[in-house]
Amino acid sequence: MANTALKAREKLPKSLTGIQGLDEITEGGLPKGRPTLVCGSAGCGKTLLAMEFLVRGATQFNEPGVFMAFEETAKDLTQNVASLGFDLDALVADKKIVLDFVYIERSEIEETGEYDLEGLFIRLGQSIDSIGAKRVVLDTIESLFAGLPNPLILRAELRRLFRWLKEKGVTAIITGERGEETLTRQGLEEYISDCVIVLDHRVKDQTSSRRLRVVKYRGSTHGTNEYPFLIDEDGISIVPVTSLGLGHNASMDRIPSGISRLDTMMGGKGFFRGSTVLISGTAGTGKSSICAHFVDAACRRGERALYFSFEESPSQIIRNMRSVGIDLEQWVKKGLLYFQATRPAFAGLEMQLTMMHKATIKFDPQVVIVDPLNGFITGDNIIDVKSMLLRLADFLKTKQISSMFTQLMSSNVAHGTSEIAISSMIDTWLVMHDIEISGERNRCLYITKSRGMAHSNQVRECLITDHGVELCEVYVGAGGVLTGSARIAQEAQELALTLTRKQEVERRQIEIESRRKALEAKVAALRAEFGVQEAELMKIITQEQAQASQLLTGRLEMGLSRSAD
Amino acid sequence: MADKNPIDSKESYEHALKNSQDQFYILRLYVIGSSPQSIRAISNIKNICEEHLQGRYELNVIDLHQQPQLAYGEQIIASPTLIRELPLPLRRIIGDMSNEDRVLVGLDLCPKIK
Repeated sequence: MANTALKAREKLPKSLTGIQGLDEITEGGLPKGRPTLVCGSAGCGKTLLAMEFLVRGATQFNEPGVFMAFEETAKDLTQNVASLGFDLDALVADKKIVLDFVYIERSEIEETGEYDLEGLFIRLGQSIDSIGAKRVVLDTIESLFAGLPNPLILRAELRRLFRWLKEKGVTAIITGERGEETLTRQGLEEYISDCVIVLDHRVKDQTSSRRLRVVKYRGSTHGTNEYPFLIDEDGISIVPVTSLGLGHNASMDRIPSGISRLDTMMGGKGFFRGSTVLISGTAGTGKSSICAHFVDAACRRGERALYFSFEESPSQIIRNMRSVGIDLEQWVKKGLLYFQATRPAFAGLEMQLTMMHKATIKFDPQVVIVDPLNGFITGDNIIDVKSMLLRLADFLKTKQISSMFTQLMSSNVAHGTSEIAISSMIDTWLVMHDIEISGERNRCLYITKSRGMAHSNQVRECLITDHGVELCEVYVGAGGVLTGSARIAQEAQELALTLTRKQEVERRQIEIESRRKALEAKVAALRAEFGVQEAELMKIITQEQAQASQLLTGRLEMGLSRSAD
Repeated sequence: MADKNPIDSKESYEHALKNSQDQFYILRLYVIGSSPQSIRAISNIKNICEEHLQGRYELNVIDLHQQPQLAYGEQIIASPTLIRELPLPLRRIIGDMSNEDRVLVGLDLCPKIK
């Protein structure tokens, strides 16, 4: 039994919508050859979804389509969707799409008995046959109830219409306005029950978000959650974010942070590619500057970086980073860096996430910065923010994109728990805080955690210079941990001390030298005195010898003169 | 002035009524195939026209199966549809014309007082 059911499900043919995300939620598109009901309140994007279904069908899947409008004229429709990049005029000229506006004016109509909608059938049949349409949109068929009398006949006729569409084998979207208690005002869901999609547009905390939910899909499994979707210049995009699992690959590749000393703190190689880095810190500790370094380093490697800014405009960031010697503008000009700056209040969380997804897919970066996360928190939505960030982090990881988030902390107390409590999903967590001591404030940085790598446990002082962020060692000595000018003073003091000692040594050296010289001089003098004495002695000896020989000579001479015998 | 108005309006009404009896009617009946509804509608409208508009009407019966493209131009949704082209304004009368009073209202002909 289960097997046959499975086979039937596999066999259910589907028609790809081409709408980003919808095919994933419906696991392959809308039921082929059957009508699908799209309902929702006013302004939630029914007509647009239906139109995109047709346009994508005509342009991507070679399935021409018929758009039967009961509310807007063909001209209005063309204008309305032109802003989304759909050129209906061209598609109509190419016989890819037929736009048919059905004009009903209640005041012109008088009912005089039984009637049927055969005229509509003929019209639709004519349109379908004229271009060989595979797709049909009826927007919004419920207008018939306002325009034509006798709802009983209408209901019977609509039932016949949907059956007829099925027989024609066209994949149809029928839109319906949301009713009080039913999905559609006229209970169309009774007739169209193969696939029902509900669109919703709700406002929470003054920000609106659109959501889509597949209520029912006969003969197929489908994503059952509410998925946020976005309408922008590229049409509709839905992010089936909640279906993500934990299946990403972990890269062994390391990428430098752009601050060599910081890399040294992480084993000399920097972050893992595809890891999530959180920088949390109090105001003005240089979180954005570290991000800028990271971006700069990535762009230098020729990688692409996407910078989501929720506080500053791109030009403000560029100006500010120039003051610390980082030129980001060159990367923007080269197309390696793209800023997407919005206020967090611009859209709801889901919408922000969808926009980030979309931008990421479009720009295909290797590095993503989100600066800062705090703006998302409004009131008590911390749980929502956490789940959103989790999804964002997971998404980036599966894409092997290294990401850096910054987070503003209101005080220095947050050790182990970040304020949005996302530390568990963070791979590397840098904490920056300021130390206020002896009348000045200094920045410190340390690594709270860094998964999968050896990292320094040392607190480093973070200096923001005109050539970027520099990390230096703090003074740890007898006087405790010193930073800033206290550190400099201490260092100067030490330097002075060393200098004095050095001078002392030199002085002593000179002294000993002069002593040695004095001694040597004395020795020389003594030697000279000794020399003199020696010379005198020699003289005396010589004289003595001379005298002795003279005496001898004299005696001999005397003997000769005496003529001794 | 104030008491003159009712007289004026009555006069103009009678004038209009007199005129309406001289009006020429151009009617087109769109039907689809020879369904019982179509046949009923054709015979009903013929009877009504003969009775109320004798000699001053023109009725064309068009089968949309033969000319489906007309469904666009004439904005036909329901069938049978009777279009009163003249006198203006344009009116659409749908159904099998079995309710004579309503057909007469649609044609701006006063229903016969029985």
